[in-house]
Amino acid sequence: MVGIISYGTYIPRCRIKLGHIAQAWKKNENDVVCSLGVGEKSVPGIDEDAVTIALEAGTSALRNSHIQPEDIQALFVGSESHPYAVNPTSTIVGELLGVGNRYIAADLEFACKAATAGMQAIAGMVSSGHISYGMAIGADTAQSKPHDALEYTSAAAGAAFVIGSKKPAAELLAYTSYSSDTPDFWRRDGIRYPTHAGRFTGEPAYFAHVSGAARDLFENISLKPDDVDYCVFHMPNAKFPRDIARRLGFTKEQLAPSLTIDAIGNPYSASSLLGLAAVLDQAKPGQTIFMVSYGSGAGSDAFLWKTTPTLPNIQNAKRKTQTYVKNQIEQKTYIDYVQYLKQTHKI
Amino acid sequence: MNHERLIIMNIYIIGAATTKFGELWGISPRRLARQAVTDALKDAEISKDQVEALFVGNMLSGMLGGQEHLGAFFAEELGLSVPAFKIEGACASGGLALHAAVTSVLSGQNKTVAVLGVEKMTDHKPEDVATALMGAGTEGERLAGATFPGLYAMLARAHMDTYNTTEEQMAAVAVKNHFHASLNPNAQFHALLTVDKVMKSACVADPLKLLDCSPISDGAAAVIITSDKKQVTRNKKNIEIAASAVATDTLGLAQRKSLSELAATKRAAGQAYARAGIKPEDADIAEVHDCFTIAEIYAMEDLGFYAKGDAAGAIERGETTLGKTNKLVVNPSGGLKGCGHPVGATGVKQVVELVDQLLGRAGVRQVEGIKIGLAHNVGGSGATAVVHILKI
Repeated sequence: MVGIISYGTYIPRCRIKLGHIAQAWKKNENDVVCSLGVGEKSVPGIDEDAVTIALEAGTSALRNSHIQPEDIQALFVGSESHPYAVNPTSTIVGELLGVGNRYIAADLEFACKAATAGMQAIAGMVSSGHISYGMAIGADTAQSKPHDALEYTSAAAGAAFVIGSKKPAAELLAYTSYSSDTPDFWRRDGIRYPTHAGRFTGEPAYFAHVSGAARDLFENISLKPDDVDYCVFHMPNAKFPRDIARRLGFTKEQLAPSLTIDAIGNPYSASSLLGLAAVLDQAKPGQTIFMVSYGSGAGSDAFLWKTTPTLPNIQNAKRKTQTYVKNQIEQKTYIDYVQYLKQTHKI
Repeated sequence: MNHERLIIMNIYIIGAATTKFGELWGISPRRLARQAVTDALKDAEISKDQVEALFVGNMLSGMLGGQEHLGAFFAEELGLSVPAFKIEGACASGGLALHAAVTSVLSGQNKTVAVLGVEKMTDHKPEDVATALMGAGTEGERLAGATFPGLYAMLARAHMDTYNTTEEQMAAVAVKNHFHASLNPNAQFHALLTVDKVMKSACVADPLKLLDCSPISDGAAAVIITSDKKQVTRNKKNIEIAASAVATDTLGLAQRKSLSELAATKRAAGQAYARAGIKPEDADIAEVHDCFTIAEIYAMEDLGFYAKGDAAGAIERGETTLGKTNKLVVNPSGGLKGCGHPVGATGVKQVVELVDQLLGRAGVRQVEGIKIGLAHNVGGSGATAVVHILKI
């Protein structure tokens, strides 16, 4: 059975309160916070980028597992902020992880769902017997133009998942994907900041695709929301995941453990993976997790996971190293708006 | 002036229809136009072959969509090969298209023509739409960085300074029009507002808040007009266009002698009343141009419904609200504020609403016992004003 062998996450420790961004632009602090439902967001350090964040997450995933780096035979890194347009993030990360040379490497781009596309690709390669283990990483230092609505939530974080078939901590029971040409958010080659289409990013984009992938998964395996213990969704703001969970019939309790958005904002490609990791950090063996990512442009990947008795081994390792998502959320240093501009290379 | 006299035009509206207004991301301008005109032809109980000319009211197709040559564009879509024209007068494009259609019928060139108002705005970035809309202003206003909320904020400030109009009174316009829109299935907004909610909405251009401003919208509306008495007799929808009047003023606010009134509205209204042989108090219902809440207050005064300085209080007291008054009901469609403002479509939609009301087919928002309706459509900050008076 294919599943998650191990996972690791990384959240840069710098935070900026949304109120500070609102003040800089003479916006009402309460209006902004209430509208988005987010109080603060993570910010990359001055020397951090998608490569270093992916490496931190990948290192953590290997540290918590029973496999060696050279066991990895596929490495896919999904990001909207690959430092190079041409020159792969995945080979830099693979080199520094010590994966060796006999692996397939690729950088993936599909807005915020590139990494879950990588997970599905690796799951297929493992299922076919072509490889034994692969690693999918979502890592971003999310871009946003100063004064754009995105500036309040675009964050930095990474999450890495080792997928294989031997002793998984969470079995992959089913998955679906739902895609269309829906240009709700984009960044053209050579352009520094993404553009978005306002409210168009809602109903015809996020909600249509997340619910499309989710309903297909429900139908394919005759699943009902009541049948699962947790749900996880991509979190562009605090409202959308709560709204889609309600529309699909999930309870607040099923959703709550995954809501990393409330504490660190939206780290684009890492968002839904970080939510999944937060759930795995506290799940018990034998529990099911329903997960749907979303990437603008647009598409969603849905997964149903079931945890196994080996999950506590990873949880114990993470407890010893204080690398639960919760720990990484709590380890923080606040910066002001000027420092934020400096660390995101805007000044 | 020799044209300020009673004129019997013998021109009638025999078909009228509007699409849903709103963020219609999945519907193209072609589909909007086809739906509006097809429904209007069905209402008129005539075939498209009986249409002798097409008048298209539109403002932004060139700047936003890169598509000019709209007459032929929509004639092709409708399967027509008749003379077809794009009429542009900023946000008064729809009203102006109807006026052009009326003059073509009055001249005897045509008997039965179609008027289409159409606009597609929400597929474009708000900043691009705001820039395109400033095409209705002067070069000086553009160079100064003004936007239409900014220009109407200056008008609001002038009205407040002159007549002690309050921000709460302006908010009452939005509350009323959202209430009316909540009764209109084709309106963009169905949510009710309160004065408090308007007052607490984000400031756009002081003193105008977000909920003082009409939205960016998509939509189309169409009417079929005719001077053919056989059609009118057969159709039985004998809504007479009693007057169609247009006036203009300086393009920019800085060139106006006074900001306490929109002179073009006063001139067009004066001509329309004279041509129709009525007085302002004879109107039972009005669709007026409330692109911003302050604009409805200006309109109520400049159209002669209230003395200068009296309209804001009257609106606040509910004197123009459906179900609260035996007097004139204003903007029963929801107006631009509640129904939406696809700029080229608005002037035609106003007339469609009057037709529906005069024919007693406006459903839950029906104003009872009405005979005369007035439509008031404004371009820019008052540089163009179009007034139509309809009778049954």
